[in-house]
Amino acid sequence: MFSRILSTLLLSVFAISIVHAADDVVVYSARAEQLIKPMFDAFTKETSVPVKFITDKEGPLMERLRAEGPNTRADLLLTVDAGNLWQAANAGLLKPVQSKVLDANIPAHLKDPDNQWFGLSIRARTIVYNTKKLKPADLTTYEDLANPKWKGKLCLRTSKKVYNQSLVAMMIAEKGEAETEKIVNGWVSNLATDVFPDDTKLMEAIAAGQCDVGIVNTYYYGRLIEKKPNLPLALFWPNQKNSGVHVNVSGAGVVKHSKNEKGAVQLLEWFSSENGQRMFADLNMEYPANPAYKPDPVVASWGEFKHNLINVAKAGELQAAAVRLMDRARYK
Amino acid sequence: METIKLDHMTKAPFKGAFAASAFLRDRWRLVALVFATLVLIPVLVVISSFFHPEKEVWQHLYEHVLGDLLLNTLWLVLGVGASTLLLGVSLGWLTAVCQFPGRRILSWALLLPIAIPAYVTAFVFIGLLDFTGPLQGWLRDVFGSSDWFPRIRSTGGVILVMSLALYPYVYLLARNAFATQGKRALEAAQALGHSRTSGFFRVALPMARPWIVGGLMLALMETLADFGTVSVFNYDTFTTAIYKTWFGMFSLDAASQLASLLVIIVFALLILEQLSRSRMRYTQAGRYQETGRIKLKGMAAWGATLFAVTVVSIAFIVPLLQLLIWAASVFAEDFDSRYLGFLQHTLMLAGIAAVITAAGALLLSYAARRNTDSLTRTCVRIATIGYALPGTVLAVGVFVAIAWLDRTLLQLLQPIMKIEAGMLLQGSLLIMLVAYMARFMAVGFNPVDSAMQRLPLSLDDVSRTLGVSSLTMLRRVHAPILRGGMVTALILVFVDVMKEMPITLMTRPFGWDTLAVRIFEMTSEGEWERAALPAVTLVLVGLLPIIFLSRHGNVNE
Repeated sequence: MFSRILSTLLLSVFAISIVHAADDVVVYSARAEQLIKPMFDAFTKETSVPVKFITDKEGPLMERLRAEGPNTRADLLLTVDAGNLWQAANAGLLKPVQSKVLDANIPAHLKDPDNQWFGLSIRARTIVYNTKKLKPADLTTYEDLANPKWKGKLCLRTSKKVYNQSLVAMMIAEKGEAETEKIVNGWVSNLATDVFPDDTKLMEAIAAGQCDVGIVNTYYYGRLIEKKPNLPLALFWPNQKNSGVHVNVSGAGVVKHSKNEKGAVQLLEWFSSENGQRMFADLNMEYPANPAYKPDPVVASWGEFKHNLINVAKAGELQAAAVRLMDRARYK
Repeated sequence: METIKLDHMTKAPFKGAFAASAFLRDRWRLVALVFATLVLIPVLVVISSFFHPEKEVWQHLYEHVLGDLLLNTLWLVLGVGASTLLLGVSLGWLTAVCQFPGRRILSWALLLPIAIPAYVTAFVFIGLLDFTGPLQGWLRDVFGSSDWFPRIRSTGGVILVMSLALYPYVYLLARNAFATQGKRALEAAQALGHSRTSGFFRVALPMARPWIVGGLMLALMETLADFGTVSVFNYDTFTTAIYKTWFGMFSLDAASQLASLLVIIVFALLILEQLSRSRMRYTQAGRYQETGRIKLKGMAAWGATLFAVTVVSIAFIVPLLQLLIWAASVFAEDFDSRYLGFLQHTLMLAGIAAVITAAGALLLSYAARRNTDSLTRTCVRIATIGYALPGTVLAVGVFVAIAWLDRTLLQLLQPIMKIEAGMLLQGSLLIMLVAYMARFMAVGFNPVDSAMQRLPLSLDDVSRTLGVSSLTMLRRVHAPILRGGMVTALILVFVDVMKEMPITLMTRPFGWDTLAVRIFEMTSEGEWERAALPAVTLVLVGLLPIIFLSRHGNVNE
């Protein structure tokens, strides 16, 4: 028994580190396995290019790339939120990619200005409300939720989540720090209860009547409603008369020291194509980044809305400032 | 003690024991140094962040963050410390020394909560007790309001959950101590006029101190390093600030500096504790026999049963049932043949890591026994500090060190051999195992070392005069008597490695997904119900070694 364990161990110690086929694409992914594995399988089936991947949080993945430097095996970094992608580019972990396909498929505001990364699906962070307590006419903008009339009626998720950091960063980009800080202060004083660790818990609280209104990513709403269709919840698209709904991306960039740049670009291009977009968006009820394709019918049923067209890279640039602003406002 | 057979040793030739001993002493000091270095390297990577001062970030932290988080951390440590002590020591005393209905079953059932990761307990409790949970929902249906119900997402709530998850460390070590400290001392105290209560506080408790403090240290280090539980509660501590500074303000340096502060605090605590008992010895005087137990009667007996049953129910049965209900709802969809692989990887990693960590702990503890100089003692302390660092920070420390070694090796080897760029060590299991050892040495060391304290030093002197070499002495004299402590160390490390997430995520080779990785994939998307399936598998597998521990590691049964 022991010798079997030992021999397996020795085999793994050496075999694993030596075998590495040159033609596979190695992906470091902060997007969870169940959302990416089906896509890689489909890609490999179409192109017969094998994909290897490892999942982890964004922070450790980036530190890993930095520590590995030129020795890395990674070809593609796949992550959620433009803030993270911007940070990777800023830290010199990615390289610019010239691709006519990507240029044609991905709109300018959803990618890095230097083509170091590309948004591949859109995630909208919007307002959700209790249909028994509010009518759509009661709601207007994100900023309006700072109005004292919402005192004790607002629920928010923790400021530690990058989605809220990006939302506030985009507000800073639009309105400047002083104005944004006033709004965030208003939100905090309107809170009905302590902030929530995730969007799903937040929506359940709204449905149970602990508060009337909150801010969530649409796919969490989709997942929850799919399981519990009777909850008195609906989405509202705010800021339609001015800047539009805050959108962010899930995206990817080619790793600077990639050994298989061709394969990595091929995978990126496939993601932006019809089959790739279908899976990338639909597996998680997100919106396709390529405007040529419509979202999944369930997602489409939530209605069309005006997107905020500021380049999502701004979210990364101003993220640290947003975190500080939220600390000052005692938004936990 | 009387079971040791010394006759085979008398045949060993008398080899100038005195001349050799000076050299041997150095060799054991070296052992301590090696283990300390293994842990010190990743810790140094973290501490080296001080070369990159982040003035602006610190200014902000100082003005808006530090005050709250220090206070929060202090409350958490005090609360978890007090309640794990209370639960662990009282339950340890009851099951080791007293007799009450159901004692046998309860004495191992009380260990079970350790199989459930604390963040899972946290999620279950919030799910059940928060405003949106079934209990408050029912209260609103019946009484129209649940406003009076205490908020679970509060300081009290997080202390409750962490104490329920962590008391088994104190319980396990305290029970061992009470069971092995012998009855004679207590009888002597009673003969000298102490009541049973005063005998407990004046004699039994002080004599169990290294064990209890060892267990408490494990619980507190885990509390300080915890990220999962506090983030489910959104309770701001050092750890959450570390991650927020890293992920939100993009400053790994400032985050590492915060983490270094944490290390320094823990290190100071460890040294203080050590100084306060440096002159004490804790050897053994006989054992409890089944007949010698204090028989609780009537109300007291049933009270003890009720107390223990309540703790097991809240800390283990309720979370397990909730997990089973969730797991059942996703079983058909999510369960597939890959689980066999997850299981295999989990068991293999946990098994090997447990064996090498326990062996390392034995060597380290023995080194500390032989050399009482301050260098050795410091090395031993450093070797156990990894447990107090937030897992992800330690993982980065380990990874940066390995990547550097890899690059250096590659430069050396490439001219001689044809090696493809990179990855000599990286992505190999070896690294994972070393990283686990760096993280969990404290978990292995504390039970082994407190058992080592029970052995009278005269034992070593006798063996030495008989000309037995130090290694032989460790193998043939100490190790067999330390079986209880060794098994405890093995099981604790095993269960902890099974639950470990950040090191596993960062250093696992391609395709080496474990149950904990599976839990991560689900929870990172907020899909707690789907995470219940791997979580429940993890808990059930974790039960096996714990039941084994109750059979074989339990010295008093």
